[in-house]
Amino acid sequence: MNRGPLSPFAQTVLPILGAGSLILAWQVLLPLAGVPAYIVPTPTAIAGVFARNGSLLLSNLWPTAIEALSGFVLGNLAAVLLAVVFVHSRTLQAAYFPVVLFFNTIPVLALAPVVILIFGLGMLPKIVIAAVICFFPTLINMIRGLESASASEHELFRVLSATRWEVFWRLRLPRALPMLFASLRIASATAVIGAIVGEWIGSDKGLGALIIQATFNYQSDRLYAAIVLSSLLSIGFFMTVVAAERWSVRYR
Amino acid sequence: MAAPAIETSGLDVGYPGRRSAVTVISGLDLTVEAGTFLSILGPSGCGKSTFLRVVADLLAPLAGTIRVMGETPSAVRSGRGVGFVFQDSTLLPWRTARENVRLPIQVGRRSLSRMIDDRADELLELVGLSALSERLPHQLSGGQRQRLAIARALLGEPRLLLMDEPFGALDEITRDRLNDELLNLWRRTGTTVLFVTHSIAEAVYLGQRVIVLAAHPGRIVADHDLRPLKGPDNRCSREDPAIVAAMARMRSALGAAS
Repeated sequence: MNRGPLSPFAQTVLPILGAGSLILAWQVLLPLAGVPAYIVPTPTAIAGVFARNGSLLLSNLWPTAIEALSGFVLGNLAAVLLAVVFVHSRTLQAAYFPVVLFFNTIPVLALAPVVILIFGLGMLPKIVIAAVICFFPTLINMIRGLESASASEHELFRVLSATRWEVFWRLRLPRALPMLFASLRIASATAVIGAIVGEWIGSDKGLGALIIQATFNYQSDRLYAAIVLSSLLSIGFFMTVVAAERWSVRYR
Repeated sequence: MAAPAIETSGLDVGYPGRRSAVTVISGLDLTVEAGTFLSILGPSGCGKSTFLRVVADLLAPLAGTIRVMGETPSAVRSGRGVGFVFQDSTLLPWRTARENVRLPIQVGRRSLSRMIDDRADELLELVGLSALSERLPHQLSGGQRQRLAIARALLGEPRLLLMDEPFGALDEITRDRLNDELLNLWRRTGTTVLFVTHSIAEAVYLGQRVIVLAAHPGRIVADHDLRPLKGPDNRCSREDPAIVAAMARMRSALGAAS
């Protein structure tokens, strides 16, 4: 049997065929098995929602996308800045890192009502929840990344009498980028989760609100369409992060 | 006469601990003439690398005095007087070969930069890597990476080149070739070299003078001047009986000390 690497053509086509075969099985086998459409609609029924209610879906996509993106930017920016402060001040790290650690143990679902109490029902609380959910993994990875330069790399910069500023820009930051991107990839999905969770708790627009409404109205085709759209949104963020990584970390 | 490249007296070298310092070498008295190629030979743990770090001002001495070209190590370091080649090449993986060599003019004292910017290409030529100057470090072989590290260390025209087992991770054939290239560079530049190694053959082949350190405690157990055997341009053959005899003497000095 051929165990060598697949041709590029096969590598592109096989995943499409794989997914396609599963969707086809779903389309054909589920009605045959007698699963009612209000429990699991067929793929064509879900596609029908996109055709019929495209503008409804789109008008609910935008709020979620804006919340997730804003939360992603704010949460990761805050995490990166705090990581920079922590690696340059052992005192601040010793004083405040345990607090951050404790904060992270609070489940986001438990925190969400508090955030909504504080920030009301607009987009802001959803942005905050998305930011909180992105924050911690990036903080941890960024601290580790900024500390990841080897002892001899630091010695090299010291022999050259580099300033702290130069050590940061020319050694610590480039060293940290691969680890930063590892957490940004995770955050690209969790930011969308944060925005949707925020919408569940109190909102009349966004994909999260659409999911709740469709569930209570037994519009399962609409529910599934909203799920597909949330997933596409995450994939879009993820691909953007991967593209940014390819552009800025070229030595892998 | 110029100040000696290195002059130490009663020098204690080691690491400051939380409760008490760990002394690796104690009471080191050593004078090295400017322009010398000095091999520092010893087993692991004898403090040879730690001593280089004191010379480079990466580590403060625990006691005693050290003068580097008549100045304090920190004055020499901040004046860009030293080049350091590490055991691992310590190239920055995101920079091309050329950009790695240019690092010394991008950090620290930038007043140097305009004078020696052209030297990067000259040095790449000198270590035979001009054609590969746009490659990233992971696209280079171990020997090429160490050549690059040497070129980077030479960019600021240091008066003192410190090398910490630079060829320790290379295969023997590459190592022999790089030894010859290093001697050629040394002849051209006239810089003082302190070369740390645990290879007797390498120490003898390269050095005009070889000091042998023993461990626990770190101390000089032998000090050989090889210039009578090698002449002023420090050339020898590895098969020369006098050189082989010198290696045997050092092996027995190391053996007697442990």
